[in-house]
Amino acid sequence: MMILTDDQRMLHDSVAPFMASEGAIKSQLRHWRDSGCKDGFGHALWKQFAELGLTGILIPEAHGGAGLGMVEAGLVLEEVGRNLTPSPFLTTAVAAVRALEGSGQAERWFPGIAAGESVAALAIDEGRHHDPAGTACEARRAGNGFALSGVKQFVVHGASADLILVAARTAGSAGEREGISLFAVERGAKGLEIDNVTLADASKAARLTLANVAVDADAVVGEVDGGWAPLSRALDAGRAGAAAELVGIAAGASEMTFDYLKQRKQFGRLIGEYQALQHRAAHLYGEIEIARAAALKAAQLLDAGDGRAELMVAVAKAKAGRTAALAVQEGVQMHGGIGMTDEHDIGLFMKRETVLAELFGSARFHSGRVAELSGY
Amino acid sequence: MANRDRDVLDIFRSETRAWLEANCPPEMRLAVRSEKDACWGGRKFKFQSQAQKQWLDAMAARGWTVPDWPKEYGGGGLSAAETKVLKEEMAAIGARSPLTSFGISMLGPALLKYGTEAQKKRFLTEIARGEIRWCQGYSEPGAGSDLAGLQTKAEDAGDFYVVNGQKVWTSYADEADWIFCLVRTSSESKHQGISFLLFDMESDGVSTRPILLISGNSPFCETFFDDVKVPKDQLVGEENRGWDVAKYLLGHEREMISGMGLGGEKRALGAVLGGVSDPLLRADIASFDVDALAFSAMSERFIDQLKAGEAHPAFPSMMKYAGTELNKRRHELIIAAGGSDALEWDSAASNNGKAARDWLRTKGNSIEGGTSEIQLGIVAKHVLRLPGA
Repeated sequence: MMILTDDQRMLHDSVAPFMASEGAIKSQLRHWRDSGCKDGFGHALWKQFAELGLTGILIPEAHGGAGLGMVEAGLVLEEVGRNLTPSPFLTTAVAAVRALEGSGQAERWFPGIAAGESVAALAIDEGRHHDPAGTACEARRAGNGFALSGVKQFVVHGASADLILVAARTAGSAGEREGISLFAVERGAKGLEIDNVTLADASKAARLTLANVAVDADAVVGEVDGGWAPLSRALDAGRAGAAAELVGIAAGASEMTFDYLKQRKQFGRLIGEYQALQHRAAHLYGEIEIARAAALKAAQLLDAGDGRAELMVAVAKAKAGRTAALAVQEGVQMHGGIGMTDEHDIGLFMKRETVLAELFGSARFHSGRVAELSGY
Repeated sequence: MANRDRDVLDIFRSETRAWLEANCPPEMRLAVRSEKDACWGGRKFKFQSQAQKQWLDAMAARGWTVPDWPKEYGGGGLSAAETKVLKEEMAAIGARSPLTSFGISMLGPALLKYGTEAQKKRFLTEIARGEIRWCQGYSEPGAGSDLAGLQTKAEDAGDFYVVNGQKVWTSYADEADWIFCLVRTSSESKHQGISFLLFDMESDGVSTRPILLISGNSPFCETFFDDVKVPKDQLVGEENRGWDVAKYLLGHEREMISGMGLGGEKRALGAVLGGVSDPLLRADIASFDVDALAFSAMSERFIDQLKAGEAHPAFPSMMKYAGTELNKRRHELIIAAGGSDALEWDSAASNNGKAARDWLRTKGNSIEGGTSEIQLGIVAKHVLRLPGA
């Protein structure tokens, strides 16, 4: 069934007001941006996430988490998107937790993540476009473990992370899925250089330079040469989660815009009376409903372990990315001049949308995946 | 769901599976090739095969042509969950729909809500058995998008009405047995002067003329009424309150059209086409497939929302708009992928221009049942509550 259960509705009903008050644009995004915070998010809020059980939402109950699924994580992310709430929820509580589950590293990191004390980041991309199979970063066997060398970029929260999951090649060559391994690299590792970069939306994503970063053999998440499995789990969850957050961004931006159409007067009439804007607004509304359905379906299939999940995740990420792009572009345009000012929030939605649409693969990347997974 | 309910549903599923296996003829499990494969029923219908008739009779006997209608009106009396199971089990063996009909998809739901007991007993039962084929008398030459501006007049003549006027875009009027028709019974109010009548197309004074479309086919007609006598017990709902019935029925029509959005095709278009070598076209098709697969998820969600009573009343408009615009885009891509092959109109290789004719037919999808612009207006007004919409 593609309607929420009572428990899911209760979760939504508690998270939505929490995010709207505690995660609001003024007190979080603008506050940390304007104060030049090196993390780009507030640790106090991350602690509050933990108190509500959100940081451990995907962590099994045996490890002190809530043991819930992607549908529930998606409900949280839609509210994160709606309020542009900066937090490491997507990378840490969703993507990294999925990568770590069932591995020897789970016990090391799950308690800290569930407690809101640890932040995790994923170091996958090496060029300007997402291409996980293209991983070239090298992991050489050295001593009791491995030595990692290479560069990474778009490592969201990389400079704030206690744990960085680094995809590196132990065999094969760039372009192959086999031969990639996933390593748990801890903060302060020798040879790890972190360049903390601020992105257009005021979020932080690091460039990493790894020069013979030494890790033990037990830093490997999953199997040596078999890192594609935990990486895929992380990416499926990260992409489905990003789709839900994008739906939230689209919903937040469009609601703000629809309200504006009912307030702003020109030529003596509310601009929402003009059919030229009404039809565009109605089209946008429909696209958001469709994107929400795609994101929900992807999350449900992931939770059910259904073989069609991979295709639907690609559909959801592409559809949500495109829909959110439409929402923010229409949003800025329909707001007119005020939409171009920093003072107004609508531009913040545009910037966040563009960053999130690129994260874990753009709409074009995922359209291509839809074609591949459909056999053409 | 409680375990007991689930057990009961599991039993229903296995019984249904066994029954379908025993009763659905093999020919009725082959993919539908064209509109001609559909069974429309009615007095004039010629069954394509013995299997088609056998399948209709078997399903109608169980009330499964309309599984969720009450048993006393020829339905199956199934719950929403059982209906879903039946549809899943039919899909699993590729069973064709036993009966396609405007009676099922449009008139039936309106009669269930607004009909008298006698009307339900008579007309719903005939619909369920496929005995009477219905057509829809809504649009007029001067009343298209502005449907409530209709002028076909019904005058009170004691025990009956006398109907005069003209309808247009009457789907399959020349093959239909009866018509559900919007008529003006009062000129004092635009919307509250409309009534909803049912009458036999063989009544004196009814004539039809097919309209040749750009596809070269004639699925629509002009229909003329010249002093047609209609007994008053064939009025649905109250006199002058037919607009309520009409709008309710339009909601179901839009659901039906949006459901057809992608012609029931679940596979990605790129897969249906069997690969695309041109990288630019492949990108366009992949982009379409993202939208189409996302829309499938929305259709599934929409159906679940309808059953749970959570769908906004304007959702059918949103679905109709999105589904029909997608279907037009789909056929544009099929024509693009087919190149000059797809432009052939009369060759055997092109199956008598099927691709081109289908493509042209889809252009009407976003016009019939309320244009895309009308649907967007409805969403702007009833969902977004924009001023003056």
